[in-house]
Amino acid sequence: MSRKPKTEITWDTFAEGLWRENPVFVMLLGMCPVLAVSNTAMNSLAMGLATTFVLLTSGALISILRNFIPKQVRIATYIVIIATFVTIVDYTIQAISLDLYNALGAFIQLIVVNCIILGRAEAFASKNTLARTVVNATGMGLGFTLALLCIGVVREVLGAGALFGIDLFGPSFEPWVVMILPPGGFIILGMWLLIFEYVRRSRADAAKSEEVKHAA
Amino acid sequence: MQPDSLSFIFLNAVLINNFVLALFLGLCPFLGVSGKLDTAFPMGLATMFVMLVSSTCAYGINLVLNHFDIQFLRLISYIAVIASAVQLVEMTMKKFTPALFRALGIFLPLITTNCAILGLALFQTFKEYNFLQSLVYAIGAGVGFTLAIVLMAGLREKLSLANVPGAVQGAALSLMLGGMLSLAFMGFAGLGGSH
Repeated sequence: MSRKPKTEITWDTFAEGLWRENPVFVMLLGMCPVLAVSNTAMNSLAMGLATTFVLLTSGALISILRNFIPKQVRIATYIVIIATFVTIVDYTIQAISLDLYNALGAFIQLIVVNCIILGRAEAFASKNTLARTVVNATGMGLGFTLALLCIGVVREVLGAGALFGIDLFGPSFEPWVVMILPPGGFIILGMWLLIFEYVRRSRADAAKSEEVKHAA
Repeated sequence: MQPDSLSFIFLNAVLINNFVLALFLGLCPFLGVSGKLDTAFPMGLATMFVMLVSSTCAYGINLVLNHFDIQFLRLISYIAVIASAVQLVEMTMKKFTPALFRALGIFLPLITTNCAILGLALFQTFKEYNFLQSLVYAIGAGVGFTLAIVLMAGLREKLSLANVPGAVQGAALSLMLGGMLSLAFMGFAGLGGSH
């Protein structure tokens, strides 16, 4: 294995986390917080930003230390580094807004075991320079936040008839309560995946028929 | 039923607040290893064992942390204990059931990052359960996890024979199934109060 890390930073370094390798919709990582806290758009946003912060800081530290961490104990080291930053986030959110802290519950502390963070530490931060890691982690974090918002917005609009706590439809709207409850999380994420898969397939079909036309 | 009686804690963890279907903990193995019944059941048992070990350790650690008033180290020490417990299970399985060890593959070490386990340790701390209650809570959570993953595996084995439209196959279908199961488990909410 060549030890020389890639140094160039391209647009793709940033954008792969946003779309092509979106952690939630494509890689299906870190599903637990995605489904658990996405019942309102506000919670989704807070959770997304908290995760982005941990991704960024732990990625940066691991990238700096990557040549000092022995290979055998790397996972344990990563976990301890991640746990440290999560503790910081935990106390910070508690200080900023107690309401938000109570709404997110144990899921702030559970960022430690979010597969995305450990996955990126292992797959990217441990092999790349600081600058590249920071750019990539920002993209991944924003991709995660975006996915959470996609789910959170749909669930809040359908389940409470509101967006960011602002009433949308007036008193005549009968809220679809199941969307805020656990089953709604599964179903809405399933629907999003279905839509993406459908789009991907119809694009592939279109490309194929284009080819056939060319050949004819 | 008293909210802190042992039977209530057990039922609560298995059915009412099922870790997978109501609290969304441990979804990665729930979606990843539920393809076949043969692997789903042992995965449930392994998770239950790790839950028991880490719950016991977490109880001890919490006593020490409270004694020295250093609760901010809770997260770090819990995760370290869980990682070692998983390592233990991994070594035991490799020695005694190598075939199973290979079948579970990457998902065995990933029990470390299974939020159900850390979640269990954190919840029992928040709820201030005593030692016996923590133990029952851990067993209940393990049984609940096994129940959910086995149900899911049974459904998916049946569905693999069904003729499903192309775009729905894969993750989307699993999530929908999870949603239906979760909906079914909501019926147990009538058994007791929330949490």
